[in-house]
This record gives sequence, C-alpha cells and structure tokens, in this order.
Amino acid sequence: MTPPSTGARASVEPVSTPESPRLDPAPGDWRRVSPRYIVVDLVGTLISGLLTTAALAVPWWFVREWWMLLPSAVSAVVMVVTLALVPRRVRAIGYRLRDDDLLFRRGILFQRFAAVPYGRMQLVDISRGPLARAVGLAELKLVTAAASSNLTIPGLPIEDAEALRDHLVAVAETRRAGL
Amino acid sequence: MADVDDLADGEWHRLHPLTPLLRGGLVMIAIAGFVFANLRERILELLIPGDYAPDGDYDPIQLILERNLVAVALAVVLGIVLLVIAIGWLSWRMHSFRIGAESVEVRRGILFRTHRQARLDRIQGINIVRPLIPRLVGAARLEITVAGDDANIQLAYLGSAVADALRARILQLASGAQRRPVDGVAGAAARATADPASPAAPGAPSDPAAPLVLDSVVGRRVGEFLAPELDPALAAPESVVRMDPGRLVASTVLSTSTLMFVVFLVIAGVLVSVGGAPVALFGVVPLVFGLGSFLVRRIVTSLRYTIAATPDGVRVGFGLLSTSNETLPPGRIHAVSISQELLWRPFDWWQVRINRAGRSTRNGAAGRQNTTVLPIGTRDDVLRVLELLLPDTLGEHNRDLVAAGLKRAAQDDGYTVSPRRAAVLRWFSWRRNGVALHRDAIALRRGAIWRELVIVPTARMQSAAVHQGPLLRALRLAALRVHTVAGPVSAHVGALDVRDAERVFDDTAAAAIAAASTDHSHRWAGHSGRSAGEAPRAGAAPPAGEAPPTGNAPPGGSARPPADPEPA
Repeated sequence: MTPPSTGARASVEPVSTPESPRLDPAPGDWRRVSPRYIVVDLVGTLISGLLTTAALAVPWWFVREWWMLLPSAVSAVVMVVTLALVPRRVRAIGYRLRDDDLLFRRGILFQRFAAVPYGRMQLVDISRGPLARAVGLAELKLVTAAASSNLTIPGLPIEDAEALRDHLVAVAETRRAGL
Repeated sequence: MADVDDLADGEWHRLHPLTPLLRGGLVMIAIAGFVFANLRERILELLIPGDYAPDGDYDPIQLILERNLVAVALAVVLGIVLLVIAIGWLSWRMHSFRIGAESVEVRRGILFRTHRQARLDRIQGINIVRPLIPRLVGAARLEITVAGDDANIQLAYLGSAVADALRARILQLASGAQRRPVDGVAGAAARATADPASPAAPGAPSDPAAPLVLDSVVGRRVGEFLAPELDPALAAPESVVRMDPGRLVASTVLSTSTLMFVVFLVIAGVLVSVGGAPVALFGVVPLVFGLGSFLVRRIVTSLRYTIAATPDGVRVGFGLLSTSNETLPPGRIHAVSISQELLWRPFDWWQVRINRAGRSTRNGAAGRQNTTVLPIGTRDDVLRVLELLLPDTLGEHNRDLVAAGLKRAAQDDGYTVSPRRAAVLRWFSWRRNGVALHRDAIALRRGAIWRELVIVPTARMQSAAVHQGPLLRALRLAALRVHTVAGPVSAHVGALDVRDAERVFDDTAAAAIAAASTDHSHRWAGHSGRSAGEAPRAGAAPPAGEAPPTGNAPPGGSARPPADPEPA
C-alpha cells in the first residue's frame, strides 16, 4: 500500500527549537500542494476582494462624501496584503500520510494542525472549481462524523487527488471502526 | 397486541390500532370544537327556542334550512367522516414495521410510500415516549435513533407494555449476543416482581403488581400510569440516582438565567426610582412570564428523573405527565460534560450533558432535550452517573482523573495545566485550565468560576487539532481541540504551553487510533472478550486481557500506546 507521490516536497518553515513559540507538533517532511494552486488562490482572493470593495463603495454612490469611501479603501488594503501573503500561505499547506492517520497543516499566522485517523473517515470528496480545473487541480475533502474535523486539502493535481482518494478509501476500509 | 417474540420475528407487523386516532385524531377533535364554537348560538336556539336571528346575510345553516338541503348536507358530512375514517384505516393498514436480525424497517404512506431501514449495529439509542394522551390509553411511541440528524425510526404507536419488551428485544438483537431473551429482559413487562423499597420512582406507588391484580381495563390503565418508569426487575436499585424535587427546584431557580433576571430587575428598579420612569416596569412583566414558564417547564420535565444500568446500556427516564425514557447502548456516548453554575458551588451540584450521534432536532417528551443526562446532582451522583455512561472508559484506574477534574487544581493531580504566563488570557482559571490523557479517555478541565470538565472516550473521538494564532504565539501558547460528533459539549482547551500542546496532540492522535482498533461496541455483547449476557456493570473491572492502565500521557513526542493485536 504505497501512498501516491505528490509534487513538490519542500520545507519552508524555520526549523523549530525547543524554545520556539511556533507550533510544530510533527517536525519533518510534509507533502506540499501544487505551486499552481497559488494562481487559483490569487485569482479567487482578487475576485472576492474586488467584489467586497465594490459592494462597500455602494453607499458612496448616494452620499458623495470622501469618507464614505473609507470602508472600501480598508477592504482594498486588506485585499492587497492578503494577495501578497498568498504564496506563503499556499506553501504552508501540507499533509502527511502516517501509518494510521492523516496529518494536515495549514496557516502561518493562524496555524492549524489536525490528525484524522483513517478508520474515522466517512467519505472522501473530490471537488473542482472552474479556476482549479483550468490549471488541472482538484480539492480533496475528508468527512468524519464530526463536522468540526473539516479537513480540506486544496491544490492537488487531479491524478494525485484521485490516487490519494483511492488510497485513503482503501486504508479506511482496513481500519474501519464504529462511529 | 401480539407477543414480543412474534413482533421481532422478521415479518411485517402493524402498529397499535388506535394509531390514526392518536396521530391525527386530536386534529379532528379540534375541528369539531371549532365547528361547535361557531354554531353555538344555533344549537342554543334549538335547545331553548327564542327570538334569535343571525345578523349576517350569509349563514350556511340558514341557507341549508331554507332550501331544504338538510339531507344533502348530512350526506356530505357523513361522507367526509367516512372518508377520514377510511384514510385513517388505510394509513394504519399501510404502516407496518419489520424487525429482523440485521435491521429495523418501517413502511408507510398511502400515495407516497416511504420505506426506511436502519441497521441494528448503528443504533444510537432507543427512546420510549409516552405523551399524555397516548399514555392514558396505554400507547407509547418507540423511537430508534441511528446516527445522523433526525435519522430516527418511529414506531408510533405501540401498546405500552409491548414497547418496553420490544426495545429490550431490539437491543438484544443489536448487541450481537446469541442469548435468548431471559426472563429478566423481555419477559419483564409481563412478570412483575416488585421491590417495594425500590427508589426508582419517587412519589409513585411502587407496586407494579397492581395491573395484574386489578383485572379491569381501567385498573390496568391506572396501574400503567402510576407504574415506576423503570422496571425494578431491570434496574439495579443501588445505581439509581435519587432526584430530590426540592433540589431540582432550587437548582433551577439558582441558574444563571435567574441571576440575569435579578440583575435586570435591579436595573429596572433603579431606573424607576431615579428617573421616575415607570415605563421600564412594562418590560419586566413579559420577562417574568417568560422566565416563570421556562422554570416551570424545566422543573416539570425533569421530575421523576431516573437513571439505571440495564444489560444493554444506560437507561434515562424523564417526565411527570408526558414521559420519555431512553436506553443508550454502550459506546454511544461521544463526549460528556460535567458543569457547574456559579450559584451551585456552595451545594456542590453539577449537571451532566452528553454528545451523541443521531440527535433529534425535535425535542423529546415535553420539550426536554435529550442530551442532558443528569439535570442536577451532587458530586457522588455525578460519579455514579459517569460510571454508568462510560462503563468501559472509566474505572478504578482513572477515577482520580474525574475527581481531580471536579476539584480545585492541585499539584500533580494528573492534569497538564497552563503555564503562569497564560494568566493574561485565563485570569482566574489558568491553574485549573488543563488536559489529562489516559489510554481510554481524554479529560479537558477548564473554568474557575464556571467549572467544567469534559471527558471524551478516545474510542469515540473523530479527530484532533491544535491551533495557534498570533496572540497565543506571542505568549508561546497553543489551543487543543478534540473533534466529536455535534452536540452541546465542546471538547477544547485553550492557552496550553506550546510544547505541552504538541505533545498532548501527538499522544491523543495515537491514543485515538489504538482505542479505535480495539473497540467493539457497535456489537457490544457479541465480542468474545465479554461473556454473553453479562451486563456492562458500573465500575466493573476492565475486561480480562486488557493491558493495565498506562497512567498519564507517556512522555516523549512519538510514544504510541501498544495497539491491541486483536483483529477488529
């Protein structure tokens, strides 16, 4: 049962020391998502940011005062900062297939690590948005009986996502447990 | 109604013949009442002739009388009544259930047929609800809960006596045990060996032999109505928590909502006396009514509370007029929270709530949400209830874990607590705020003012996560979260030391895998590790063959508890 290989493997975080304030429960190699996902995330962030900025500018249409544009300006600044951080954020997404569970990490400022035992997976979903499809990527979603598990691995090349799904379903079957 | 053995024989059976009346009949009575209220004057006129003329131009009765359409009108009414009866009869004919060795199925509907099937090993609990009116005629609703929102199978209505026995039978089939129903389980409804000293039903005459002595139908109804919620033959009397009505009332009155109300009252009083604005009093009146009805409802639904161990799990009963009592098989409880309101502290009262798969968004009997297992109890009650709820998880080896979880924090009480620098975020509770990992359970302790202890059996947890935001990072802290099925209990603990959080996260993930691989509770009695028919007794020693307790979380990041080599 060899796990499928996935694209880039790189370690971008600084190596943690015992005194490091950063969270790093499982130091070592992580499987990273495809760098093409940066494009998807950039475009998605841009679209939602522009929509928010435009929506916040609507009051200004009725009251032509400069300060009515403040919310819109704040939104634009937030969008630019978010856009600048997208590449780092995408590089921080990682997962690791361990013997009995899947370990997942994401976030730099807000870090999150989650461990989902294979036997707890109720279903594995692959979904592809229009942007992701254009660059040949897919999103893998693991569903357990707990809604808060909420584990989604974005930016997987479609063949990797399918191989990973088949692998996960196979190992989940051998470790099947009750609820 | 037929015998239980006949009902659970894998063939299709019908429900109680009064079912259509109980399900839809009340609407008919309401319509009749409405019609009567509208025709009141006319009926009065018939009985007491007088000079009465309807003031409206349009009066259907007048119209009918004038045009000699009485016969037609009567025929129409008769037709409607017959149609309703026919539909009721047909829906009863078409509504049937089947209980096989693997699943429970229900077919119903006349035009739109539905067929629902539930696997027995996925049963999360079986509830017997007796709303007031069905209870008066001796009928009960059997709700079989499976995992999923509102994914339950309802057998409404069954004969009251047969419902109890049928539940025992379904659970026995679901348990995977090969035992035949012994006359302590299925025959209990018929066999009534009363224990007069049984504390199972405070306030009720505990003489279930009465139904057999009084041979009339009325006598049997009365006997059923007054019979204890738990059959003494099934309930282990020493394990039952006694619910003192005085304590129930006092605890409800001393809740936070009352506290808020008093605060509001003081503010209103100040406003009235200082500002001279009696208008503020108008806001108080609806609040008084709202709070009053809330308190009364809470108290009434919690009256006659019982909890007891049965061979097939813990059974919790509630309700004074409309009753509900539910059996939760072993391994169906995903998280337990023991919490204390501020005003309960002097009395050492606690409340126990649970998370379970298969919640009903509709409430149980009389609006009682079926996630509160113990509305109010002393520390001893809580410990007894916990042993019933998590018989395989809690035992002698980790009793001190629970005891320490309910107390003030102490040095070396087994909990990994927040460091001193967390006092910035947890002003009073940083000494208490902590986590303890055992092989069978993870305990999360938090709150100094509103104390709470959450216990998640490792065999039930779905996944685990650690979080860290900028604020926590600045303080070298992290938050831990254990994911369970949705419910009122949230298993998380914040503001732990980063290295502690990492270590506990790693150990929790490993413990979850180890526990899941040795878990057999979906067929709780079928596993050879436990002799068939043996009840999961409260506080029993762990089954033979299990490793001795490993104590607290092993040190070292990647240490893994040895997995039981036994195949699943």
